Amino acid sequence: MAKYTLKINSKKFEVDVDPNTPVLWVLRDHINLIGTKYGCGVGSCGACTIHLNGRALRSCQLPVSAVGVQEITTIEGLSENGEHPVQKAWIEQDVAQCGYCQTGQIMTAAALLKSKPNPTDEDIDSYMSGNICRCGTYTRIRTAIKTAAKSTTK
Amino acid sequence: MEKSNNTHSRRSFLKVSSITGGGMMIGFSWLANLIPNEAMAAAVASKDWIELTGFIKIFPDNRITIISPNPEFGQNVMTSLPMMIAEELEVDWTKIKVEQGDYDTPRFKRQFTGGSQAMRTTWKPLRTAGATARLMLLQAAANEWNVPLAELTASNGFINHKATNKIVSYGALATAASKLPTPEKISLKKNGEFSLIGTPQKNVEGSKVVTGKSLFTMDYKHEGMLIAMAIRPTAFGMKLKTFDATEALKMPGIKDVFEIQVYKDGYVKAGFDTRTFNNLVVVVGNTTWEVMNARKKVNIQWEAFQPYKEFAGAGNNKREDTIPAGLESTDEHLKQMYEKQQVQGKILRKDGDPDAAFAKAKKVIEKTYSAPFLPHNTMEPISCFAHITDERAFFVAPIQIPEMMKQSITTNLDIPAEKIEMKLARMGGGFGRRAYGHYIIEAGLISKKMKAPIKLIYTREDDMTNGVYRPSYMVTYKAAIDEKNNVTAIHIKGGGLPENAIHENRFPAGAFENYLAEGWDIPTNITIGAFRAPRSNFIASAEQSFLDELAEAIDKDPIDFRIELLKKAKANPIGKNNEYDADRYIGVLELVKEKSNWGSPKNKHAKRGVAAYFCHNSYAAHVLELTMKDGQPVVGNIVSALDCGVVVNPEGAKNMVEGAIVDGIGNVLFGGLRFEKGVPMQKNFNQYRMIRMKEAPKKIEIHFVQNNIDPTGLGEPPFPPIFAAFANALYKATGKRHYHQPFINDLNKS
Repeated sequence: MAKYTLKINSKKFEVDVDPNTPVLWVLRDHINLIGTKYGCGVGSCGACTIHLNGRALRSCQLPVSAVGVQEITTIEGLSENGEHPVQKAWIEQDVAQCGYCQTGQIMTAAALLKSKPNPTDEDIDSYMSGNICRCGTYTRIRTAIKTAAKSTTK
Repeated sequence: MEKSNNTHSRRSFLKVSSITGGGMMIGFSWLANLIPNEAMAAAVASKDWIELTGFIKIFPDNRITIISPNPEFGQNVMTSLPMMIAEELEVDWTKIKVEQGDYDTPRFKRQFTGGSQAMRTTWKPLRTAGATARLMLLQAAANEWNVPLAELTASNGFINHKATNKIVSYGALATAASKLPTPEKISLKKNGEFSLIGTPQKNVEGSKVVTGKSLFTMDYKHEGMLIAMAIRPTAFGMKLKTFDATEALKMPGIKDVFEIQVYKDGYVKAGFDTRTFNNLVVVVGNTTWEVMNARKKVNIQWEAFQPYKEFAGAGNNKREDTIPAGLESTDEHLKQMYEKQQVQGKILRKDGDPDAAFAKAKKVIEKTYSAPFLPHNTMEPISCFAHITDERAFFVAPIQIPEMMKQSITTNLDIPAEKIEMKLARMGGGFGRRAYGHYIIEAGLISKKMKAPIKLIYTREDDMTNGVYRPSYMVTYKAAIDEKNNVTAIHIKGGGLPENAIHENRFPAGAFENYLAEGWDIPTNITIGAFRAPRSNFIASAEQSFLDELAEAIDKDPIDFRIELLKKAKANPIGKNNEYDADRYIGVLELVKEKSNWGSPKNKHAKRGVAAYFCHNSYAAHVLELTMKDGQPVVGNIVSALDCGVVVNPEGAKNMVEGAIVDGIGNVLFGGLRFEKGVPMQKNFNQYRMIRMKEAPKKIEIHFVQNNIDPTGLGEPPFPPIFAAFANALYKATGKRHYHQPFINDLNKS
């Protein structure tokens, strides 16, 4: 066990955990930030996507010991009350079915728009293909990303 | 107005009461009719009470809340079902608050989601509940103003008396209304007269989803809660021999390691009691990561089991199943299925003289199709919270049919029914998997042993390798063609592990003078269960591919060929018990033909395939556009036509059809769990290929047949025909027909 001070959503959290513990489980079990989901544990589904210094990352593949002073953003910290353009676009396009993967999808989409404010279909397809949606809401996700892009660039 | 005589069930169906502090509460049995089969329906009808599970609350300040008890797994019933209430209640939908039932509702609820049944069976009860409340509010206004009820109108949560220009809110009348007798006869709006039903409305939990609020069982927390995981045999055909937990118990955060027996010896299973393995080793600890690590340190020995008996059913349907021993493999399964195709099967239906027709045929077309086992792969792996104390047994579970768990919980956990409390969490996907609640028993046993609140978690590997899978199937379609290019006979023969997928009374039965359907099955120890549109999801893929090939062989357009057969079946149906409505079938085919510009496609480069199917009371047809790029199929636009009667919420309905389409393309192209010596060969998403964004269709355009038929369901019907629409388009694009799913295997070979 070891002590870590983590900067998450602009707040500081102290945890005492095994250094190999993936950030996913630190968030879910120790800090009660359950918006970051467990889907596969091998970095293949994207349900656990967070931002580390603004970059989208699979939190199930990130040991807590590797975080250091880097800033973590989870879905709970993406916006104050769900008013991030991507979250708003998700509501506008009524994307969710079961909803389990959507926080991960939103975190990935938000990172995409940060690096490419006006993504093409090809950009979206390639950037979003790490995130699985078993309900099959992909066409709505594509539309929602374009909706969010429009709302931020106009 | 349609008269709905409410008297036969009023006593049990509705209960109106006052709210402490003012207001009116209408409690009713939300899903009273949501029962999977007639035997259960009869059992429920024989009771003179039905538990109240849904509530409309009208407060003095005119706030209106609908408490929905629905098991929600993404089909959007938490939005669409309350819409039915609001329609008859005459309230402003944007001001209605829909809430999930409370955690502590002290009853075992009668709820069911699945089988595309939700809309169909709640259509009348929910509207009746709304209409009853409206009528009582109108009566309260009539009493207060001393005017005839007929002079009053209700809209947007207010009651108006035009002659005197008086207006009053529902809230102001609610307390008075709650004290009136419940009306015996209720009038409902006719289909076609709706103002809210049929308008697109957004998911009521959308904002909770996008902000990551706690909705799912996986997210549930409780003071002092421990985490549990189980270790199960690595192969089907194996069982637990011994284990040594010495090292695991030394690991940090670990509380205990022990064995559980899920079902008692001789337990007679009810309909949804399927489970993979009965004896499991459980590791319990403080946190998920600690338990995951300690689990690797348990030293376990497995051994092959001998054939054994399991018991299932009730009354006259009681049966004994022999679970075969052996370590099964996919290659061996295929060989066994081909062998079965060579011998006579059980005759399921025979019309005319198929033997004679085949003997006389000028040409015979015969094609064999197969499909593998499929894991459900819900994004939220199986999980369940249990807290068993002397006072109560409390569960938070993602379960489709809680009612069906009652017998298993009372028997296997020795808990009397009145102590069971169950909170239904939003389900992170269902597709059939969450009908099988063995995990509730597993969690209950662990909580009992630990005397603590526990959350049982399946890892993705546990979830994928301990499935209740879609069975593996094979079928051969054979057609006799005479010298005039008429199809004179159809022969369908097939089976699977452990059941066949043949629906002998569905189309094209009824359209051919000579028709034969045969089925067989092969026992397996791999556990199987319902998967979105059970059996239909395979048989439609074969049937609709074969009809495409047949149409081509006799030089007919595939849509016209189907319509011609359906018209024939309607005008002169062959045989009895034909299960489909030819007009509604033709309706979706004609609509998809028109909307897709079938004769003159806009995109000249893409190739198109069509397929249609009827199942779960609704009709679906798809036209799918496809091109090949670097040897891989790329799906372009899809045009779909659906007939599911009245569409309550077109927004949610379209989303579900889109999902079924993506799901079908993913499964026909990539889906399949391989077994070698009983071991599932793919264990996680890095080995099991799921459809992803880059493989999703470019655009999906959905059209509903406009009619006033009561809703007939939509969760499953669009799924089965998309497999063949894809297969038929792939043929047009490559010149090669594919018969064995998943197609990616053949595509990568060529």
